[in-house]
Amino acid sequence: MTGAQPAIRLTGLTKSFGSVHAVDGVDLDIAPGEFFSMLGPSGSGKTTVLRLIAGFEQPTSGTISLLGQDVTDRAPFDRDVNTVFQDYALFPHMSVLDNVAYGLRVRGVAKRARHEQARAALDTVRLGSFADRKPSQLSGGQRQRVALARATVVQPKVLLLDEPLGALDLKLREQMQVELKELQRNLGITFIFVTHDQQEALTLSDRIAVFNEGRIEQLGTPAEIYERPASPFVAAFVGTSNIFDDTVSQALLGRAGTHSVRPEKISVTTENLPLSADRTAAGVLAEVIYVGSSTQLIVDLDAGTRVVVLEQNDARRVATNGRGARVTIGWNDSDIVALAPPGLISHP
Amino acid sequence: MTVDAPAPPTRRAVVPQHHLTVARRGSVFLSRHPRLRLSLLLSAPLFWLGLVYIAALAALLITALWTVDSFTGQISQTWTLDNIAAVLTGSLYQTVTLRTLGVALLVTIIDIVIALPIAFYMAKVASPRAQRILVIAILMPLWASYLVKAYAWRSVLSQGGIFEWLVSPFGGHSPGYGLPATIITLSYLWLPYVILPIYAGLERVPDSLLEASGDLGGGTWATLRLVVLPMIWPAIIAGSIFSFSLSLGDYITVNIVGGANQMLGNLVYTNVGAANNLPLAAAIALIPILIIFAYLAAVRRTGALNNL
Repeated sequence: MTGAQPAIRLTGLTKSFGSVHAVDGVDLDIAPGEFFSMLGPSGSGKTTVLRLIAGFEQPTSGTISLLGQDVTDRAPFDRDVNTVFQDYALFPHMSVLDNVAYGLRVRGVAKRARHEQARAALDTVRLGSFADRKPSQLSGGQRQRVALARATVVQPKVLLLDEPLGALDLKLREQMQVELKELQRNLGITFIFVTHDQQEALTLSDRIAVFNEGRIEQLGTPAEIYERPASPFVAAFVGTSNIFDDTVSQALLGRAGTHSVRPEKISVTTENLPLSADRTAAGVLAEVIYVGSSTQLIVDLDAGTRVVVLEQNDARRVATNGRGARVTIGWNDSDIVALAPPGLISHP
Repeated sequence: MTVDAPAPPTRRAVVPQHHLTVARRGSVFLSRHPRLRLSLLLSAPLFWLGLVYIAALAALLITALWTVDSFTGQISQTWTLDNIAAVLTGSLYQTVTLRTLGVALLVTIIDIVIALPIAFYMAKVASPRAQRILVIAILMPLWASYLVKAYAWRSVLSQGGIFEWLVSPFGGHSPGYGLPATIITLSYLWLPYVILPIYAGLERVPDSLLEASGDLGGGTWATLRLVVLPMIWPAIIAGSIFSFSLSLGDYITVNIVGGANQMLGNLVYTNVGAANNLPLAAAIALIPILIIFAYLAAVRRTGALNNL
């Protein structure tokens, strides 16, 4: 990232709709070839940032640069970025081949050449035999791949993906995640991926920006975001967290301020059995929820706090006696994350 | 837990048992025979269509093959092709047919050209509130009588009328009464029927498709030509069928603002009335029907009706 021009640079980007600040002063550099995710709940401004980069919306203030060139005032068709839409936005009256060839057609590429390139692009998404079909004759996953081929055939510098897997079922989504990652590696272009699915963002991305109320709440690698959330919002939005406020922290952890501990970092055992942990607390099992590879335990501590514990369902699993049993839970000091007060953003 | 005593019979009646009443038996029978159900459902509308539409058309065709006794003025039911031959060969009928066809085509083209930008503005640019107001504004003229609107245009286009007052500073003058006035008035009258289907068609084009086209490098013109027009083509055709067929059959507007010009409708009218030659009127009336059939067949070949 040092030396080279960032693929996308956002400076003080703001977009207001009336009195609502959908995007509120976003500064961001995205490196060439990066798989970058913008993660946040609906209404957090992530999609608006994407639409600003694509040129569908004009920013209220701030600038957008593409490889060092200011493109803030350029029309969408005059920017070297392409979008994969949430609803795919395939042209229903055109064949799959014509859809993929569309970007080449409006650039004046001759029919034979553009059909050749479009076929090659369809082959890379394994849809070569579907060229003559209409989009309505394809399944959701196939349409998704056509949209990918259509957006990549014109070789953009940056590909924008607006929740592209949102409409697919779980199995297909996991398969498409792998395909997306491979495609990005093979094409070597920058992907900017908008999602509200934290699992998806963690799985796919080189870096993630977590959005909240039009601002970037935290920016970092998936491991940084997950292991070291910078605020209660990030800790709660990305994965499950036990968040302890100031009083509970002082009682349980012996520290002042808000802290969080991930459920899988907490170990559990039947009361009075030894537990190797820096700190322990006793409580009662309130709920035992089997979730396949692991079991989720909800423990009401004697100190008056409810804690979620995630235990792997492996051979070493400590047998717990079900609801109402007395248990001891424990954690290491290194797994305690100090959260910045809400509103304060720390960039790692 | 104590065991409840058996509920009294009155309480059991809260959930009524399914007695096989006649109505219930009937609905069970119908639900098992979908074809019978369908034919019963369709019988009334099909009867109406057959009686009112097909039968009326057939009567027209048959009347055209009869003749009128020139002495008594009575219709004599002797079969002849004379009326049809007269209509096909008579130079008056040919001229009037071409004139009517030309007027209908021009009105249709003018209406489509005016309707496209208005419909596009309504569907894709205007705010929801402005959209509602515009729809009402377009529907409003339909609440006024056709005759009132035609006479209003007669006054607008008259010598010293509003039209002349508007264009005279620029050296223009009113076209007077004639075919241009007829085309202007008919275009005005049928414009709502063309705007509304095109507006509805544009509403069905998702904004994301326009964005996708721009995103892929398509400018405004390419987007309109390659994405919007092909998608709203059926809607344009639907609108054109309205303006075209309504213009073909018109005889009142041309009477009011058309000066001495006649259209096919006028010939039908005079033959039914003054000339008392119903068979000839029927033969003339077949011309617009044939033109419309030809038009629909041509439209069908473009595939525009497949997506209706």
